[in-house]
Amino acid sequence: MSDAPKAAEVSEASDAPVLRMESVRKTFGGSPVLRDVDLEVAPHTVTALIGASGSGKSTLLRCANLLEEIDDGAIWLDGEEITDPRVDQDAVRRRIGVVFQSYNLFPHMTVLENITLAPRRVHGVGRAEAEERARELLDRLGLGARAGEYPDRLSGGQQQRVAIVRALAVRPRLLLLDEITAALDPELVGEVLTVVRDLKDEGMTMVLATHEMGFARDVADQVCFLDGGVVLERGTAGEIFGDPRQERTRRFLRRIVESGRL
Amino acid sequence: MTVVKQEPGRDGADDSGMPGGDDDYVPSARRLDRERYKRARSRRATGIAALSTLVTAVVLYVVVVNAPGWPRTKETFFSAEYAREALPKVLEGLWLNVRLLLVCGAAVLVLGMLIAVARTLRGPVFFPVRALAAAYTDFFRGLPLIINLMIVVLGVPALRLQGVTVDPVLLGGTALTLTYSAYVAEVFRAGIESVHPSQRAAARSLGLTNRQALRHVVLPQAVRRQVPPLLNDLVSLQKDTGLVSIGGAIDAVRAADIIVGRSLNYTPYIVAGLVFVALTIPMTRLTDWVTARMDRRRAQGGTI
Repeated sequence: MSDAPKAAEVSEASDAPVLRMESVRKTFGGSPVLRDVDLEVAPHTVTALIGASGSGKSTLLRCANLLEEIDDGAIWLDGEEITDPRVDQDAVRRRIGVVFQSYNLFPHMTVLENITLAPRRVHGVGRAEAEERARELLDRLGLGARAGEYPDRLSGGQQQRVAIVRALAVRPRLLLLDEITAALDPELVGEVLTVVRDLKDEGMTMVLATHEMGFARDVADQVCFLDGGVVLERGTAGEIFGDPRQERTRRFLRRIVESGRL
Repeated sequence: MTVVKQEPGRDGADDSGMPGGDDDYVPSARRLDRERYKRARSRRATGIAALSTLVTAVVLYVVVVNAPGWPRTKETFFSAEYAREALPKVLEGLWLNVRLLLVCGAAVLVLGMLIAVARTLRGPVFFPVRALAAAYTDFFRGLPLIINLMIVVLGVPALRLQGVTVDPVLLGGTALTLTYSAYVAEVFRAGIESVHPSQRAAARSLGLTNRQALRHVVLPQAVRRQVPPLLNDLVSLQKDTGLVSIGGAIDAVRAADIIVGRSLNYTPYIVAGLVFVALTIPMTRLTDWVTARMDRRRAQGGTI
């Protein structure tokens, strides 16, 4: 409790990390997925998590949002330790937006209802106000005409953009994007990535797990290469993609290049 | 185009299968031949079905009518005279069955949902609630309805409790509700468990509490998916309302019973049975229709 004032102090400084992880460990049925993960995400920056399937990228994001309980270590959001069991987890999640690989839109609700659910039920925003903001966001993403449709009438790219709007509708402090283009047809990837680029320009703090290396190189301020449950190498996009120091990073990137994805 | 269509158009079914459009598509001889064959085959199938139905009907008729006891059976079970006498009374009794269905149906849906939700509650505080709900469904799903009815309808009045009803209709309705709530609770629970965990995760990640996620995201999807089995249980409840007659309530079955007791002719039972069937058929058709509609939605790529 003694670090409460300190936390407030820290969060006022403009470069204090929005998200910080220290020595995070997470195992599933005895096998460690995250062994000793450290991470710092500065405000208004984009962090890309890269690495092979099963390297722990998604798990890291789920832990940051408290969808998974970590075994050891600690996570701070704006200086507040959110892994403290006394913390109100629902209140923490309200400050973090998540977009999933499989969109996870609610199939029984229209696009507009999907987006306004959390503002209305969680944040107590009035219906009219919530819908106005939702339409504003939808218009900006070119989905204004789709507000009354059900998700199954939309293409994958449209669904994923709606999912992004849904996450943004509560004005989150931090946005977590979990391989958001992995389930999309190649020709639909672009429209989703454009949205992420625009968000970066607006100063949204984001952490994204991705297999789109070209995109990670363009958009990320910080790139973390995960391997065997640790952040094996981190640096600017230039450093990681231009001149990786670790042999494993080099090998991973070489495989990506060989498969024509960079 | 129209000129092209004239010729195959003579074969009827072709028109719908033709992709219209602006290209100068002319069906190939191969296609026409294939479709001719399919039509011939389907005509043949219809013919066989009609013939086999006719043969079956004739055989059944001959067997029944030539049975040694047929004249007697006809008189006892299919007497037009007794049918005319029984029908108004049976219909009068049926009104009780319909009211029981409506009231019990509503009570069953509410109680079933409460039990299903109770079984999904997490946390140590709710252990007794969970355990009770589980015990309830285990017990009432296993207990034969007729025994449940006898215990409630005959046992409760025997206690001679002050202020507790001895009305066989109310008690019978209570027994029906007890049993059917257990069935319906399981239907709802299956529905809740069939909603993919990622839906709950998405709801929670938006900041919804566990209860809000259940209320706004999980339950609406669960209920929608379970509409066909729920309607099925309602059809079943509808005919089982006839069992309240064992306590003496004058429903359609009991009305028939009274006439049978007096006349020793069983035709009123047949009338009552047919009336129940007539009542359940619309319900069954509704179930089929709803199911088909939902299957169609799923086939279109819906995730519900």
